[in-house]
Amino acid sequence: MTAVFGAYGGRYVPETLMPALEELERAWREALADDGFHEELHQLATTYAGRPTPLTLAERFAPGRRLYLKREDLLHTGAHKVNNALGQAVLARRLGKRRIVAETGAGQHGVATATVCARFGLECVVYMGEEDMRRQRPNVERMRLLGAEVRPVGFGTRTLKEATSEAIRDWITNVETTHYLIGSCVGPAPYPELVAELQSVIGREAREQLLALEGRLPDAVIACVGGGSNAIGLFHGFLDDADVRLVGVEAAGAASLGSGRAGVLHGARSSILADEDGQIADAHSISAGLDYPGVGPEHAFLRDSGRATYVGATDDEALAAFRDLARTEGIIPALEPAHALARARELDVELVLVGLSGRGDKDLAEVLEHLP
Amino acid sequence: MTVGRKTLVIYLMTEPETPELARAAVDGGADVVELGFPFSDPLADGPVIRRAGERALARGMRTRACLDVLARTRELTADTPLLPMTYAALLEAYGWERFAADLRAAGGTSMIVADLPAGEKPEVRRVQLVAPTSSDERIALAAEQTDGWLYLVTVTGTTGARGELSPALAGLAERARRLSDVPLYAGFGISTPEQARAAAELCDGVVVGSRAVEAAEQGATALRDYVASLRAALDHG
Repeated sequence: MTAVFGAYGGRYVPETLMPALEELERAWREALADDGFHEELHQLATTYAGRPTPLTLAERFAPGRRLYLKREDLLHTGAHKVNNALGQAVLARRLGKRRIVAETGAGQHGVATATVCARFGLECVVYMGEEDMRRQRPNVERMRLLGAEVRPVGFGTRTLKEATSEAIRDWITNVETTHYLIGSCVGPAPYPELVAELQSVIGREAREQLLALEGRLPDAVIACVGGGSNAIGLFHGFLDDADVRLVGVEAAGAASLGSGRAGVLHGARSSILADEDGQIADAHSISAGLDYPGVGPEHAFLRDSGRATYVGATDDEALAAFRDLARTEGIIPALEPAHALARARELDVELVLVGLSGRGDKDLAEVLEHLP
Repeated sequence: MTVGRKTLVIYLMTEPETPELARAAVDGGADVVELGFPFSDPLADGPVIRRAGERALARGMRTRACLDVLARTRELTADTPLLPMTYAALLEAYGWERFAADLRAAGGTSMIVADLPAGEKPEVRRVQLVAPTSSDERIALAAEQTDGWLYLVTVTGTTGARGELSPALAGLAERARRLSDVPLYAGFGISTPEQARAAAELCDGVVVGSRAVEAAEQGATALRDYVASLRAALDHG
């Protein structure tokens, strides 16, 4: 298997997709070696997406310690997802593909994809589970305003897992004209590696910024993990800094790394929530973005190697952190990074960096329903 | 290469009543029976087989139970080749070697893994699939690694009936014929006797799945009659 992270990764896909994956891999290697590609990405990041994003010291949220937030919530479209969407849109144009399909859970990746498709004049179809459409209504409306077609997925879990399967089925059917703009560091090779590279700007920036502000590296870097793209992007800035602890926080009811087993889902071998027969289990989280029974293969590799550790946070813990960050810092986080915030404030270290992967506007209805 | 009896492959979802249904398919003229081992996330399948899989899973059809059904099917179908069609996730969980051994013990002939493309795990003996998007290089690789025959996926798409036979089949069959001398059976999107006959003119056999699953839902007699209509079209044009 190509592009394997230890025992994880690979290409478990129908034959129909193999040529497209080989073509994507070639185009990706060529792009990586092309200064023009990096220049175009840098231009888009700085003039369109709003990079670099600041670090914010959260003194009232975490008194007595130095807890910094990497503010991906301030990016255009409100989350880190746009880093990946822009990069893949540029790649799709290099491939000559004019139609984009994507899956979305919380809707942040769908909005980012709809946004870049509007920006580049590409046709855009986003698959979204009906349950997620209900709990992330504003993002559905945003995608439609941006000109994307949102196709509801009404079977199975009616969440991100089924939306991903349907996006892949669309890609199988329309592969000659269509690029699959996957939203996380999951899927068949080269997607996990490609998405990690496009998101690694988060970690590179944060490392530089923290060195400038504090004159040293953080004791710990912590981020939420669903598929794991914001975490892998942040971790990539610190992988070689052996003294920096890397901590991923999963939703307790969707802990693919914490309570999963090795298995195959959506084109890759990774750690997944499945029963002993390999049938995929349902994940449960208040956060649609973490409500996924799989995770990027690189995270499974980092867990096994011991370089990163993965812990869980419950819905209630995330809700409490959500409310507390809003009231102490004037920042409304998305429910996904609220899981990281919940664990970050109890870490017994002095200097902590937290990936604030997105803002919480999309979650207001869900949160108001649950918070007293 | 288009003379002689054309092979008719019938796909059925694996459920408790499948042995009798497979017998009916053979009585109707099926030469090979594929048994779908259901998976919760079948990426290569359209709505009919996906829904049949959901139903089978709800009835407890996990890998071991599916192998038991295959063994009972073997008892009812004499020497008809029986092939599970399934997904890598199931075999990964069961153990690839253990599955191959238990499949042999149950009377299975070979297998098809919908999401394990040629070149990956070459030690796992299976019928390989090629698609209209496959390069000549990949067709040659699949033909070299395949177990018995090559499965030509007629469409770029998932399983399920289509209005017309895919225009991509002719080119794919021509390329596969040029690159290999293994038997070529076409599947995906073939549901009517007319489509079966037209496909069989281009290759050595046809695979019918979604429409057979629907016919099987109407019972053994309906399935046998449907398969017989395909058989007649293949034999008499």
